[in-house]
Amino acid sequence: MRGKRPTSRRDFLRNCLAGAVGLSFPAASFPPEASSLPVLPMRSRVVVAHDPFLRGPQLQRVGSPGATHVAASVDSQRMLGLLDRALQTLIPAGDPVYPWSRIVRPGQLVGIKVNTLGGRGLSTNVQLVEAICERLQRAGIRPQDIVVWDRDTDELERAGFRFRTGWNQAQCFGTDRAGFEDELLEFGEVGSQLSRILTRRCDVLINVPVLKDHDGAGVSMALKNMYGVINNPNKYHPNGCDPFVADVNMLPAIRGRLRLHICDATAACFDGGPAFKPETSWQPNALIVSLDPVALDHIGWQMIERKREEKGLKTLAAEGRMPHYIATAADALHRLGTNNPRQIELIETRAT
Amino acid sequence: MQLHCFSNPCREPPLPKWMDSPDSTQSGTDPISTLSLNRRAFLRCAASAGMAGSIQRLAQPIRAMPISAAADTEEDTRFVTEARFYEKLPNKKIKCKLCPRECKVGDRERGYCGVRENRAGTYYTLVHSRVCAAHIDPIEKKPFFHYLPGTLAFSLATAGCNVNCKFCQNWDISQARPEQVPADYLPPAKIAELAVQYRCPTIAYTYSEPVVFSEFLMDTADAAHEAGVRSIVVSNGYIQEKPLREAYGKMDAVKIDLKSFSESYYQKIVTGELKPVLDTLATLRNMGKWTEIVYLVVPTLNDSEQEFTGLARWVKANLGADVPVHFTQFHPDYLMKNLPITPVSTLDRARSIALAEGLHFVYVGNVPGHPAENTYCPQCGRMLVERAGFEIRQMLIRKGACPFCKQAIPGIWHA
Repeated sequence: MRGKRPTSRRDFLRNCLAGAVGLSFPAASFPPEASSLPVLPMRSRVVVAHDPFLRGPQLQRVGSPGATHVAASVDSQRMLGLLDRALQTLIPAGDPVYPWSRIVRPGQLVGIKVNTLGGRGLSTNVQLVEAICERLQRAGIRPQDIVVWDRDTDELERAGFRFRTGWNQAQCFGTDRAGFEDELLEFGEVGSQLSRILTRRCDVLINVPVLKDHDGAGVSMALKNMYGVINNPNKYHPNGCDPFVADVNMLPAIRGRLRLHICDATAACFDGGPAFKPETSWQPNALIVSLDPVALDHIGWQMIERKREEKGLKTLAAEGRMPHYIATAADALHRLGTNNPRQIELIETRAT
Repeated sequence: MQLHCFSNPCREPPLPKWMDSPDSTQSGTDPISTLSLNRRAFLRCAASAGMAGSIQRLAQPIRAMPISAAADTEEDTRFVTEARFYEKLPNKKIKCKLCPRECKVGDRERGYCGVRENRAGTYYTLVHSRVCAAHIDPIEKKPFFHYLPGTLAFSLATAGCNVNCKFCQNWDISQARPEQVPADYLPPAKIAELAVQYRCPTIAYTYSEPVVFSEFLMDTADAAHEAGVRSIVVSNGYIQEKPLREAYGKMDAVKIDLKSFSESYYQKIVTGELKPVLDTLATLRNMGKWTEIVYLVVPTLNDSEQEFTGLARWVKANLGADVPVHFTQFHPDYLMKNLPITPVSTLDRARSIALAEGLHFVYVGNVPGHPAENTYCPQCGRMLVERAGFEIRQMLIRKGACPFCKQAIPGIWHA
């Protein structure tokens, strides 16, 4: 090329060094708009925030004697408080809006990807999503620039969300109303079309999965929730979803938009998922939040294993359902985060 | 989307709108309609387009993303019937017994094919009478070379497939869920009626993977036979024996895509298994079904001499030397755009190997004008059927035999 200065030995070495330093950072440190994001600590922080009084005093056991499912709705104010506690621990701040201002900027279109496969019993909690919408608006996002979505509008409604497309309110609808892009995107073993809600309605994606066991994948949380973004998730369940879950999360249109993962552990499932079964559900009344989906999934997986042990069930590995995809997501090819416990800073906090 | 009719268009009744198909790769050349514009009309159009462009700029393009009306397709009960081949398991789970994959499917989930859903412990097909592609094709396009040559096949498909071939030409329907592709309600009796109306002696189940719409296929074949129309199927053969016998037992001819002769290719490129497909071919032979085999030759992946030899020997030993084998040319598509078109010399080599191993009817496909599109008498070597693409130029077989040496030529040559 004309006018281009030939690379000297010194320049070459400097560039190599810069490249090596860049590669040594976790992949999650380099989303497209890194300047707008909080600086990640060297270790991936995962916050588990509990509130034993999340559901207020009106607890009531249902089902067979000894059933663990407790029917009581979540208290909206306590949910907002729990969300603030979780976020302010993840991104330390005195002001509950400050963490959100590091995640989103006014004028951006923000998608909230929920998980509604499990119906009312085991889907993303509506009060949690309302609390997120409230904080996003306090951070300067206009209500009509927020879209709460999943793959199917009917599933959203079965989970308690209301179909909404009106002006000056947060939108709520499924990909069935918007369709998929024609373009086929590929990474590794995956070739998929993406929801137009993601590609055309989201500058930023906030991932709000549910903590649950999954009969195929082992567990289903942050990483697996991205199956709801693609047109052909049925093709990617063999082999415990490995490496497909990691590959889907590598699609640039997904990876470039994901900013924050808030795993809903208000109600969870330790066996027989992903569908809701009262007999294998429990209510941790918690939120698990992180900027690192791999670390979050690792911690959530351990929570499910502890509950299984408590219930006298085999480990997922012993059942041949170990979620290998979490390790794949952390490998050198994907670098979506870390599953190394020594690199995960786990902070548990409890509301009083 | 356009239905393509290869018969004389002036003699056919107008085609209904539902026959429009999203499938372009199988449809040949689109008819080009010509529109003449005078200067005034041109200026009017240009002004309208300019105004439309200005209005669009006033909108906010991202937020103006169209939201479709409530999708009536997924919940449309006309398409939903209970599946025939599955077992119920505890906890509202089911095990699909249609294909060798045997998906265990939880409540509210779907199998690998994407067109069967577990609803509270009962397994349903979502694609009965849900036709997403319909064309009238020459039967040579399937390809069937020894079955009613020169006739038309009323060809149809639903969404879905039980494998995921990286080279699929019809991936936009085969790899889609039913609600993701436009489709129309077309019950079996209506299909039979239309096949008669359009003078098609056969109905072909093709384009995507008929295994996944077995219930629809069986009901349609029954309706068609009552109307005097035959049924043929173009399939990957990845199906369990019971549904094979029940569903393909109703077929008059079967074409199997044998994608390779190696298990590793089936695992990596097809996401399936070879052995069940070979079992299917052997079962079809035992059932006495007329069967033809297509082998898509993909450069560097399944084009070794060893593989061609193994294939030819297996076919001769297990199915007989008279089974037609078509070696067809690969074109880059879907997830395999990094490989070139198969060289014709590779197809010639495959054919030479298969003939040397003793197969009698070996063809080269997707290469219009290639001499190996023709049928030659295995006894005297004379040409018996001359083809050019999908067109039959000469048909010399008489009463199922070579007119020159009287050698019997296997196939169903006349209706």
